[in-house]
Parts: sequence; C-alpha cells; structure tokens
Amino acid sequence: MSTLFLQHLANGLLDGTYYLLIALGLSLIFSLGGIVNLAHGAFYAVGAYLTVLLGPHIGFGGALFVSPLLVALLGVAFERLLFQRFYRSDPILSLLLTFGLALVAEQTLRMIFGAPPLSYSIPSWLRGQIFLGDFIYSRYRATLLLIAATCVALIWLLLNRTAFGRVVKAGVQNPDMVGALGISLSPYMMTVAGIGIGLAGLAGVLLAPIYSIHPAMGQDIITPAFVVVVIGGLGSFWGVVVAALLVGLVKGATIGLGYPQWATAVIYLMMLLVLLFRPRGLFGERIQRFE
Amino acid sequence: MSKDFTLSRRAALGGAVAAGAVIIAKPSVILAQTSDVIRFGHLTPRTGFLGPLGEYGVMAADLAVEEINAAGGVLGRKLEILKEDSVNPQTASTKAERMVERDKVAAIIGEISSASCLTIAQVAQRTKTLYINTGGNSDALRGANCNKYMFHVESQNSMYVKTCGRSLMAQGLVQGKKWFSLTADYAFGHDLLKVAKRFMEGAGGQFAADKLVPTDLTDFSALLLEIRNARPDLVIANLAGNQITNFLKQYSEFGLQFPVGGFGFDTALAWAAGKENFIGTWPVVWHHLIDTPNTKKFVAAFTAKYRKPPENQAWGDYLAVKIFAQSMNELKSTDSAKIIEHWEKGAKFDVMKTREGYFRARDHQMMHEMFTVSGVGAKAPNQWDIFAASPAVPAANESLEVIASTAEENECKMA
Repeated sequence: MSTLFLQHLANGLLDGTYYLLIALGLSLIFSLGGIVNLAHGAFYAVGAYLTVLLGPHIGFGGALFVSPLLVALLGVAFERLLFQRFYRSDPILSLLLTFGLALVAEQTLRMIFGAPPLSYSIPSWLRGQIFLGDFIYSRYRATLLLIAATCVALIWLLLNRTAFGRVVKAGVQNPDMVGALGISLSPYMMTVAGIGIGLAGLAGVLLAPIYSIHPAMGQDIITPAFVVVVIGGLGSFWGVVVAALLVGLVKGATIGLGYPQWATAVIYLMMLLVLLFRPRGLFGERIQRFE
Repeated sequence: MSKDFTLSRRAALGGAVAAGAVIIAKPSVILAQTSDVIRFGHLTPRTGFLGPLGEYGVMAADLAVEEINAAGGVLGRKLEILKEDSVNPQTASTKAERMVERDKVAAIIGEISSASCLTIAQVAQRTKTLYINTGGNSDALRGANCNKYMFHVESQNSMYVKTCGRSLMAQGLVQGKKWFSLTADYAFGHDLLKVAKRFMEGAGGQFAADKLVPTDLTDFSALLLEIRNARPDLVIANLAGNQITNFLKQYSEFGLQFPVGGFGFDTALAWAAGKENFIGTWPVVWHHLIDTPNTKKFVAAFTAKYRKPPENQAWGDYLAVKIFAQSMNELKSTDSAKIIEHWEKGAKFDVMKTREGYFRARDHQMMHEMFTVSGVGAKAPNQWDIFAASPAVPAANESLEVIASTAEENECKMA
C-alpha cells in the first residue's frame, strides 16, 4: 500500500470523525425523543460563529470549552421550549418544526454576521505538520481526531457505566415502563438534547479554522450525518461510530484509488445497500416504539 | 353620531380586505400611476454559494441609488431600485420578466452566475430592456451568447486569465513549468479552464495534472496530498466561491510551499481566508486599495454606511447603476436604442481606476484596467488590507483591449 493511499485513509478517518460528532447527537436525540432534528446543522454553524466571536477574547483553547457549552445551553432551551412538546406526536411534525428552525437559524446568522464568510485561522500553537517518513499529516487535524475520540469515549462511559446511561437506554427501549417505575424521563431528555447539540457545537468549533464560516454551513453537513445515522442504525451507539468511520474510510479509499468524483456518490451508494439488505441499519436495534 | 354614519367593524374590515386584495391582485395599477419615479431592477443571487458576494452587490446598488437621488435623481425624477434574489436561472428569468412587464423598470442590473446572466439577457432582448451584467464572467456571454441588449461591466474570463497570466509570466511560473490545476466542475470552471489552457499552451507551459472538483467539496486534504506528491511548479485553483477560502485555509494547514494562483477571484474570499492563510497571485477587476480619488470616495462612503470596505462585486453593481443614471441624464432619455447607440459609439466612463473605461461595440464588454493581488501575510495592518496589488494591467502605453479576447477567440454576432 502506498503512503499516498494511507494518507487518503487517514483523511477519510478525519471526515468520519467530523460526521461522527454530528451524527452521534442526531442519533441520541432521535432514539430517545423521536425527534428528527433537521436543525442540528444550524447548531454546528452557531458553534463556529461563537468561536469567531469569542476567539479574540478567550483564545481558541477557551472557545473550545465555552462555545460547545453555550450551544448546549441553547439546545437545552430549545428542548424545554419546543422539542418536548413533540415527543409523543407524529415525527412529521417535529420534522417540520426543526426544518423551520434550521431556516430561521440560518437567516438569523445572516442578519447578525452578514452573508460574507468570516475568517478564523488555526491558532499558532496548533499549526504545523506531523511527518512520519513520507507520511504527512496536519497537526491540527491530529489534535481534532484526539479531541473527538475523547468525546466519544466519554459518551460511551456515560451511557454504559453510569446510572444516567441505564435510564437513557431503558428510555430508548420502553419509555412507558420507565415511567411506570417512577422515573421521569424529562430531565434525561433535556440532558441528552444538551449533550447531542453541544457535540454539534463542538464540531463547529473544531472545523471553524479549516472550513469556511458562512450562514449556510450547517446545510453542508446535515445530509451526510443523516446518512451515517441510517447506515449505523438507530439506537446503536457503536452503529453510529462504526458507520461514521466506515463512511469516512470508504470515501478516503475511493479517492485514494483515483476516483475522487465518486467520493460523495459512494456514501449514498452505501446507504442504498444497507437499506436494501439491512433496513434497520448495520447495528440497528429493534425499538418497540418505531416498529 | 347618527346611526346612518356608523360603520360596523365587520364592514370596515371587509372594505380593508377588499382594498388590500385589489393592491395584491393589481400592483401594476398603482405602480403605473407613479410616473414621478424611475425604476431599475436589481437581480443577483443572495442565497446559496454565491449569496455572500451578491450581498455586496446589493449594498453597493443601494448606496449608488442614494447618491444619485441626493444629486437630483434621473431626469429630474427619483430613482428606485427593486431588488430580488435571482436564486437560479429559471427564477432569474421569471423575475426579470416580472420586473419589466409589471414594474416597468427602465433597466436591469446585476448577477454573478453566468447561467442566470444568460436567461436574464434573453428577457432583455425580447422586451428590448437594457441589462448590465455585473458579475458573470463566462466568455460565451460575450461570444456565442452575446446580445444587443446585454452589456458587461464585469470582465470576461479571458481578461482575468490574461491579467493573471502576465503576472505569473513575470514571476517565471509559466514557460517550461508544470501546473497542477483544480477546476470547479460547472459551467464557470469549464469555461475558465478552456481559456487557461489556451493561454498555458500558447506560453510554453504544461499541465502536470488537471482535476475537476465537485462544487460541493469542502475538504481539499486529499487533493493537497496529491499536489504534494506531484511537486508542481504552480498550483492553479479555478474554484468557485467559498471553495477558494477552504482551499487556502487547508493549503496553509498542510504547509505546502508551491506557489499558488488562480484565474477567478473575489476579495471577499481573501478576507474570509484571513491574513495568515491568504497567499498566491489572483486577478481582480477592482479592489478597495486602488489609489484614485473616486475609489477613495466610494470606499469611504461604503465603509461609513456598512462598517466594512467594499468588495470587487460591490464595485460592479455600484458602477452599473451610476453608468445607467449618468447616460440617461446625458441623453435626457431612458430609451434603450438611444443608450445602446451612445455606448456603442464609445462613451467613456470614470470606472474608478487610472484610465477611463468604455464598452467595446463588438461584444459590449467594458474595456478597463485589471489588477492582480498577492497576500502580504501576517504583517497586514488589519483584516481588510491583507494584499498588495500590481499596477494596472494593461500598462498605460498599451491598448485596453490587449487583455480581452480577440474576435477570432470569441466571436460575437449581435442579433
């Protein structure tokens, strides 16, 4: 295997991580509340804009913590005010709601910050490249991978090693039973929405220095993220992780093999195959409510 | 109050609704009555990947109208501008038609997408309404698709290529050199690539690689790795809108050192990339640092109004509105035929550069100076003045036409 091919795979892995941060939140919110959050991309954009706004005052390091936190709080507010009214209703209603929200959010960003893209650069302490023989990788991207991997590990621990996670998992499978046991799901849903949306905000912070920051940036990411959720299967943590990395790697390999024009199409092709042969997704669980 | 004069709330509401319905159904009734204003139609993309540039055009057109009205308007009447998001070629055409038929505009201005320019030009021709293209670069608009009612203040791709090409030749980056080119995979990119190839082959260079890039691509890392392996003498990025920003940011992230250039550019993209990332040699039709009194005046007025300097797209829309108003006032008429005759005879305009510009009769392309800009890096004094510009191209002793396409390269038969 040539070094160049390996580099394409490494890049694919990064793409996968980027999808993962968005898709994980989407999947969590859908699994627990049945909300298809089309506004998820907008929260990603808000994360990026907050970085531009806060960066000059508290630095990129500060924005890395503060921006996702603010986005998460915004998410909690939306959950309390809007999402929670739709948990028990037809998913098409929440779809309409979040689609509208996405449009309003994009236009609001345009009104506040203007339509022209804003600039944000990689902070000097994260600039530079990593060389391993012929292999070259951006130091910033390596850091990004590390941060994303840490987040994924923390969320796995939260879901699988804590009492909180046990209630969330039970709530995904059978909310009525959880209610019958005397546990109110409401605070759990609020927290999950906060975490999921905070992750989108984090993706916004991490990508701000390398992508262009413009009001419609959320649209660029929302479709691939949905594809990842569909391929991975609803309700499955590892499904989303595996699907995101798989999509990234397959994309990288397609480019590495010399077919860059197929890089986007191949993602949808994968989704088509999964839908044909495993409609529930690679690791999709049987969720009573959605059967 | 006597009962006879009491108007019930319901009846009042009914009347209001009916009156409203008349206005909605027949706005032309009202508009046609107001003969004390002259209307221009402004169409440009305000959403989508060209939206950010379109917004500058809108701001500049508003400023131009304000200044014209402050100076007495057009033919003693107030100038009004109707602004719409052109969205896509089909919508652009529908909206252009409505502006002409319903709103009776005296002229249409705007656009960035060459495809939308074409559909607006068709409406212009059918309705004999003048249209100035302020942002569509395709050579075909001045060649195979040229038309009597369409004029261009935006430069054609050939002018961009020849301007930047001269600068690259001066830097020794053309003859016997290998180019790695990235081209946005749509009409604009293809047209640009064709012109770029013609230039390159004529000047003794060669393409090491020639990659088409989907317009929705945001991550260039894979291509950057290929560029690194190919070790070209120059990387040419003929990309679209935000893609240039993403490309420049990631080029700097991966620490590649090959010289960079491109044949299509807008200063807003440099600003979005930031002074740390903006590198390379790029052509612009105008920029805010040109040292002429009128540019300084325009930049000061724009900055005072919008708290940021104007972008080159702002120049195009501002100039087009001003040119229309000036010509209509000089001719004391809004008649398209008279204006066409005046312009085709070579009327000169102050285009805020060192030399005056004029529309070339053969293809209606504005003949004017162009510039190349290069990044100055971290030593830039602020977030706007992040580039240094070349002297005007062509040089003072040359004809303005030397950078434009020749009749053989781009034949135009006016219908």
